[in-house]
Amino acid sequence: MGMTLTEKILAKAAGRSVVEPGENIWVNVDVLMTHDVCGPGTIGVFKREFGADAKVWDSEKIVLIPDHYIFTADERANRNVDILRDFAQEQSIKYFYDITDRANFKANPDYKGVCHIALAQEGHTRPGEVLFGTDSHTCNAGAFGQFATGIGNTDAGFIMGTGKLLIKVPATMRFVLNGEMPDYLLAKDLILQIIGDISVAGATYRTMEFAGEAVQRMTMEERMTLCNMAIEAGGKNGTIAPDETTYEYVRARTDKPFESFYTDSDANFYSDRTYDVSQLEPVVAKPHSPDNRALARECRDVKIDRVYIGSCTGGKTTDFINAARILKGHQVKVPTYIVPATQKVYEDLFTYKHEGQTLSEIFLNSGCIEPAAPSCAACLGGPKDTFGRMNKPEVCVSTTNRNFPGRMGEKTAQIYLASPYTAAASALTGYVTDPREFLG
Amino acid sequence: MSKVIQGKIFVVDDNIDTDQIIPAEYLTLVPSKLDEYEKLGSYALIGLPDRYGKFVTPGQAKTEYPIIVAGENFGCGSSREHAPIALGASGVKAVVAQSYARIFFRNCAATGELYPWESVERLCDEFQTGQEVTIDFDQNQITNHSLNKVYVLKSLGEVRPVIDAGGIFAYARQTGMISR
Ligand code: SF4
Repeated sequence: MGMTLTEKILAKAAGRSVVEPGENIWVNVDVLMTHDVCGPGTIGVFKREFGADAKVWDSEKIVLIPDHYIFTADERANRNVDILRDFAQEQSIKYFYDITDRANFKANPDYKGVCHIALAQEGHTRPGEVLFGTDSHTCNAGAFGQFATGIGNTDAGFIMGTGKLLIKVPATMRFVLNGEMPDYLLAKDLILQIIGDISVAGATYRTMEFAGEAVQRMTMEERMTLCNMAIEAGGKNGTIAPDETTYEYVRARTDKPFESFYTDSDANFYSDRTYDVSQLEPVVAKPHSPDNRALARECRDVKIDRVYIGSCTGGKTTDFINAARILKGHQVKVPTYIVPATQKVYEDLFTYKHEGQTLSEIFLNSGCIEPAAPSCAACLGGPKDTFGRMNKPEVCVSTTNRNFPGRMGEKTAQIYLASPYTAAASALTGYVTDPREFLG
Repeated sequence: MSKVIQGKIFVVDDNIDTDQIIPAEYLTLVPSKLDEYEKLGSYALIGLPDRYGKFVTPGQAKTEYPIIVAGENFGCGSSREHAPIALGASGVKAVVAQSYARIFFRNCAATGELYPWESVERLCDEFQTGQEVTIDFDQNQITNHSLNKVYVLKSLGEVRPVIDAGGIFAYARQTGMISR
């Protein structure tokens, strides 16, 4: 019997030739990522359990990325970044993307921004490896053909001291996406379509493997969007087989060797679904659940108060290029927030040109709010003074990933999750809008 | 000796996500610091829609409900360990849900904060907040004293010894997986 890509990676990490879904196995960890929200607690667990003078298992395999609550006056939030810094110094952690000058993020060349995108851009996401992160969207990195999943502080503290974790091998659900992508659809539409089909618990305890010609033709950033939201269906991880597109991206960012794994043709799947993407339409997830799917055109009467383009799901360079395609030459009708995921994405806004104008010029000319400093910002609400936070019971179309009550702040606020195209089109009309109204 | 947990229940329905259990604005509290741990408890379930009523009385540190009864997919959303910890710190001993999100379930075991029981039937439609129940660990059942009825629970299986020990570290030491 063959194995899936996930099973092969886990078998290798466990030093075995075969593993089966449902087995509990100890795996060796290649990378442990933590951030300002869960890092201090992880460090606390590590010190409590291994002793105040303990050393981490490998100072080159831990990546510390402050990104969640950075541009805030909240003292405890600022203290938490200080805790990361002290720990990085004490343990000589090689990869710590620090920020000291919060008034001007550009003065901090080391500062990256949203952890999942920073991990990819800094070459920490490599095929065949095992990555754990104290953040549920760690599954984003599955786009690179690796095993990547989110864990809590206690498990992360355990890894910090031992470099190992006991995990259960997940069964794989395969999603084959065939056909030609229409030019009004984005990866975000596909993943919202799938989550709507299988529900927010449809992949609980399982791997979501994305395959098919539509996936093979996607850029790495679009592939990340698919895997990023595996957790919104309850998935343990998402995966995509590595190929030339993957190798090109990874090799440009790291020279660390890696090993690629592929799903065997006779592998066992928990389920196997096929989509013809040419038949799909732009969709949104209505409040208050990512599986509450509707066609964007069916929500044309939903009046909105703002649009938010940002986060690890929808704040990458490609996402802003796509938004700019729609916005160029038009005026937004509602406040439109532009939050680049990382400092690199921020730079791209000022250098990448679409039809002769930079992305940032297009955004400003169409009336968007000036691009914010890179961070998670209002994707998860955060302290009251967070940029873009929903502080009133308003309606927002957002390229983020969750719309549970209170996710972006105020618990009666309503969030419609959408692709960058649909978000931009909605900004132009003030209503939830199918991007076909502005494309073609 | 047989193990039981007894007390008043707080009832919620499906897809109670981690933002409702502990909203993001309180995540600056670091659970491994004792005073901040206690504070997290006082904010447990503060993100729930108002129709549920208050889980922790404002101004109090602890809840009067040591057991939560829920529907499907309890604890979905983020990986924040603050969620089971906030519940544990507020005085919750067990949740009885139809199903759980993976990371929440795992974090319950890892921290040893509370027991994530799974019910066979959908209890959240039948049970009401404030009723008295007893969970019997050896019989795998929950008795609702107000309804005078007994319901079957799925066995906790491999997570019970981990939580009994007090979480993965204690368990790993007990079983010799790590030294000291
Ligand atoms: S951008 Fe949003 S979803 Fe992504 S890591 Fe930050 S808070 Fe989490």
